Amino acid sequence: MLEVKNLHAKIGDKEILKGIDLVINDGETHAIMGPNGSGKSTLSAVLVGNPLYEVTEGEAFFNGKNLLEMKPEDRAHEGLFLSFQYPVEIPGVSMTNFMKAAINEKRKYQGLEPVNAAEFLKLQREKRKIVELDSKLANRSVNEGFSGGEKKRNEIFQMAMLEPKLSILDETDSGLDVDAMRIVAEGVNKLQTPETSCIVITHYDRLLEMIKPQFVHVLYKGRIVKTGGPELAVQIQEHGYDWIKEEIGEE
Amino acid sequence: MKSEQQYIELYQQAREMIFSHAPESMNVVRDQAFEDFKAQGFPSKKVERYKYIDMQKLFEPDYGVNLNRLQIPVDPYEAFHCDVPNLSTSLYFVVNDMFYHDDKSKGHLPEGVIIGSMRDYPELVSKYYTKLAKTGEDAVTALNTMLAQDGLLVYVPKKVQVDRAIQVINILKATPKNAQRVVPDLMVNRRVLIVVEQGAEIKMLFCDHAADDRNFLATQVIEAYVGENASLDLYCMEETHHKNVRVSNVYIDQQANSRVNHNVITLHNGITRNKLDLTFSGEGAECQCYGCVIADKQQHVDNNTLIVHKVPHCNSQELYKYVLDEKATGAFAGRVLVEHGAQKTTSQMTNQNLTATKEARMYTQPMLEIYADDVKCAHGSTVGQLNDAALFYMRQRGISLKEAKVLLQNAFINEVIDKMQLEPLRDRLHYLVEKRFRGELNKCSGCKLCK
Repeated sequence: MLEVKNLHAKIGDKEILKGIDLVINDGETHAIMGPNGSGKSTLSAVLVGNPLYEVTEGEAFFNGKNLLEMKPEDRAHEGLFLSFQYPVEIPGVSMTNFMKAAINEKRKYQGLEPVNAAEFLKLQREKRKIVELDSKLANRSVNEGFSGGEKKRNEIFQMAMLEPKLSILDETDSGLDVDAMRIVAEGVNKLQTPETSCIVITHYDRLLEMIKPQFVHVLYKGRIVKTGGPELAVQIQEHGYDWIKEEIGEE
Repeated sequence: MKSEQQYIELYQQAREMIFSHAPESMNVVRDQAFEDFKAQGFPSKKVERYKYIDMQKLFEPDYGVNLNRLQIPVDPYEAFHCDVPNLSTSLYFVVNDMFYHDDKSKGHLPEGVIIGSMRDYPELVSKYYTKLAKTGEDAVTALNTMLAQDGLLVYVPKKVQVDRAIQVINILKATPKNAQRVVPDLMVNRRVLIVVEQGAEIKMLFCDHAADDRNFLATQVIEAYVGENASLDLYCMEETHHKNVRVSNVYIDQQANSRVNHNVITLHNGITRNKLDLTFSGEGAECQCYGCVIADKQQHVDNNTLIVHKVPHCNSQELYKYVLDEKATGAFAGRVLVEHGAQKTTSQMTNQNLTATKEARMYTQPMLEIYADDVKCAHGSTVGQLNDAALFYMRQRGISLKEAKVLLQNAFINEVIDKMQLEPLRDRLHYLVEKRFRGELNKCSGCKLCK
């Protein structure tokens, strides 16, 4: 699915990723944890092609294709999805129009005809149920006036509509109450298939109890410094990151 | 030679000809207009309200003027395929600056309502003509008054409501069919007089089109009297080509408790100047003035408004939005003047602009002048670029950069279009604007250039 080798990236003059190696196979779920400012969001941003970041070294392959050479929209068409930590409000663009444009561009990329209106509405209705999203939101502008929880559920709704191969959830649990977190986690689980993979970026093991990852990575100062199973998340929850910093020889 | 000189000479040489082909009601003010024009000359950029447009340059080229009133044989129904079809409007044509008489059914107009040539209604014209558009105060108005030989009269008597919108298509055409000789570029001087009496209502839609690839210079003066408790919707849409220059002066006077909706839409143009002077003469009146501009290439659009609150308890709302791409330039200068004693005035003026490139330029100047102490007025303007975060968010969802831009620009301009009261026009504009942003509406769809 995804193969990242020695990835370095910077924003402005500041180097943030200092050699990331990561392999994700079909059907796997990986969690990425780490202290604030360690580069977790940067990693997700670089993978989806955010133009603010510049890759200085290394490579990334997505199902055999060179990810770093592709435009952001083509990465999306190939099946890469990012649930944004801070979903962007787009006043004046309705959720429906936005979603229709996204679906149709993907279909165009795949050489398919645009989806017809009735089919689209049906699809939208079905997928909305997955995250228990109010249908009233469909007529509103993208994310505008949405509550924090609605924004995050709306991200998972879009993920359901676009059926990506690899989804990156960037702190999708932050700002969610326990019920909303359950809805989001259940939504993500429903969308999992043996052919799809998931990267979950989080600070807490609560989400990971619901979306069960096979691997947990600790990102620190732009490198993956430790990898383990689900038990690693529990240890971090209990003891923080200091013991890991000590392990790698830092005070 | 300064550019006004050629118009002065033209008038001196052709005065007899102009008079003989124009009605007496328009001739009586003509010499005065000439004197006023001669005294003023074209304003330079040092004149406050002409700061952002070079009028002298616009009037410099040598245009032909059809003073002999030669008919240019044209079937407007054939020459023009309206971009706002199925509007269920009563349709009228003005070819260049001549009212086009035809026998086609105009639908039923309520009794007493007049829509016709100013030539045919001398009494009404004498009563109202040039009372608002004072020739001593604006050189273009003076020039238009000095040269205009025909015009459109719209008259709605007391308490009569015209339900069907009136659509007037202004067609610019210099070349007759199968023309053998080269025709000159053409200057036209359009004139409109609108009288909406007490308690009456009418909706007007003017569409400007060029049916020819010649250079055109169109001056236009619209005078509108809106009586007590009367209502006027005045929509002006321009869809011409890059060789077109339009200079429009609109004067509106509002009596007590009257309502005016004025919308100016510039979809495609060359150089455009729209001036609006609106005065509240009676209490309790309100106006909504909206403008939307989409410009690219080297197009220039200048909107200049003056709203005078002479009396208390009036409400004025202005919203002008521009999207400027490539090397387009835009200007908006709006002034709201609240005169001494005009208490309880409410007024809001907003101008918001998107510049899509580094070369696009926007000049904006919202002004408030208040001489009363119990009013609620606000004014503001913004100039910005497309939101990068929103663009990236859309691209991450698979929407191409180009499509994402179209969606954002559309969303920006839709705020103005959604405010329009004339529903079929609103729907049509949504469609036209989207086409425009996609670059599929590069020229006026009625003209030669696009065939």
